[in-house]
Amino acid sequence: MISRMARPKFYHFLGCIIPHRYPSIERAARLVFEDLGVELLDMVGATCCPAPGVFGSFDRVTWASIAARNLTIAEAGGHPITTGCNGCFASLWDANHELHVDEELRKRVNENLAEIGREFKGTIEVTHYVDVLVNTVGLDEVRRHVVRPLEGVRMALHPGCHWMRPRALKKKDNSERPRIFRELCETSGAEYVPYKDELICCGAGGAVRTADLKVSLDFTKQKFESIEEAGGADIIVTPCPFCELQLDLGQVEIQKNFGVEFTYDVLHVMELLALAFGHEPGEFGLKTHLQYLQRKSEPRWERLGVKA
Amino acid sequence: MTDSTIVRDIIDDEDIDPKFVDTLVEAGADRIRTCIQCGTCSSVCPSGRRTAFRTREIIRKALLGLKEEVLTSPDLWLCATCLTCLERCPRQIKVTDAIIIMRNMAVEEGFMLPQHRKASRKLIKTGHAVPLDDANREMRRELGLQEIPPTTHSSGEALEQVQEIMRRTGFIDLIESTEESGQ
Repeated sequence: MISRMARPKFYHFLGCIIPHRYPSIERAARLVFEDLGVELLDMVGATCCPAPGVFGSFDRVTWASIAARNLTIAEAGGHPITTGCNGCFASLWDANHELHVDEELRKRVNENLAEIGREFKGTIEVTHYVDVLVNTVGLDEVRRHVVRPLEGVRMALHPGCHWMRPRALKKKDNSERPRIFRELCETSGAEYVPYKDELICCGAGGAVRTADLKVSLDFTKQKFESIEEAGGADIIVTPCPFCELQLDLGQVEIQKNFGVEFTYDVLHVMELLALAFGHEPGEFGLKTHLQYLQRKSEPRWERLGVKA
Repeated sequence: MTDSTIVRDIIDDEDIDPKFVDTLVEAGADRIRTCIQCGTCSSVCPSGRRTAFRTREIIRKALLGLKEEVLTSPDLWLCATCLTCLERCPRQIKVTDAIIIMRNMAVEEGFMLPQHRKASRKLIKTGHAVPLDDANREMRRELGLQEIPPTTHSSGEALEQVQEIMRRTGFIDLIESTEESGQ
């Protein structure tokens, strides 16, 4: 469907965790979008989104002003933004929305931006990779690119919170019974494993990971235990690098803090699709996940059905 | 201590700030007064399941005007902002927004965890809460990505712009002047 249209273009908002901690996600996203004919444009001079639960909690005007500055980079070029992070999505989407509905906030933000020669105009849309894959590309087209279906791989999902909530505002999916992320992940051919606590938070958000690591890891541990109760899974897939960090590196931290060992391979949906599209794990650096670097281990290749 | 006398917590007039709720309402938690204390927020809260954080209690205290008690509570920082309470509140109160507003007020009054101030300093210094480090530069190069991403890390002008914003909003002063309250 895309080949008959002009190549869709999106400003690519990187954020912090993807480029600075999980560059394999950035590489995988670039491979997958290139395969699908979606053009990613650099956002030169972009900053932290800034993290909504952290900086939004400290000072709303600062949070909105920095987010708005990021939005103006895309406004200047006239293309929508896409990001592979639920947190960045929440910050940029929420700021874009709040600056539309809150005149007073917009005035204060634009006073700040005027100092640096910028103005928030509210002319662009903020999307998540999931939106681009589902709405712009379409699941049939995604499916058409799957040359290595991950048959027999048991996949637990962690959709995370900030892409689909609040549902009344974001209008993405039914956040109590979401199906869109699942349908997207199922195009890979992997088998969906339902578990009771699929929809609870990974524990990292809202500045909790920074405030109290043990409390945040206890959320994560509950998720793993819930997956085990459901019979276990070969991989966990998420659309968010902060959730990925919490679920991936979190396993090392859980072992250290609680003495319980979990050995799940955690993939961003773009890493899952890169594999399904036939890319080798070494092409995007699956082995560079922090869990493997810290444990000096490797992905469980036999469970993934791919070779290093 | 040894008898069975019930100890009653007395709320004094001076503990009550009647304007506290108005501030929350004006800042966006517009339906907070319709709270019926049903406890849905607390019962669905993944943080409350493992900590002393009780969303319903914070909302109740806020409605009573117990500003100081709410703003100084470390529990305020245990909300992971997962938005589950907001989704399920039968009164459609923007619970998470209310918590964020209260956190803003707490920070303004000088209550901030040292580790949160540290994260803020990273943002002020680099434009990123999680900045690039040497190990990741090398990893990026090995993966065929631009060694330094096209963010503030590769643009001094961009960094100056975002620092100017933080100076203007008073954020830099706020972070640098906050006492090590710690809690």
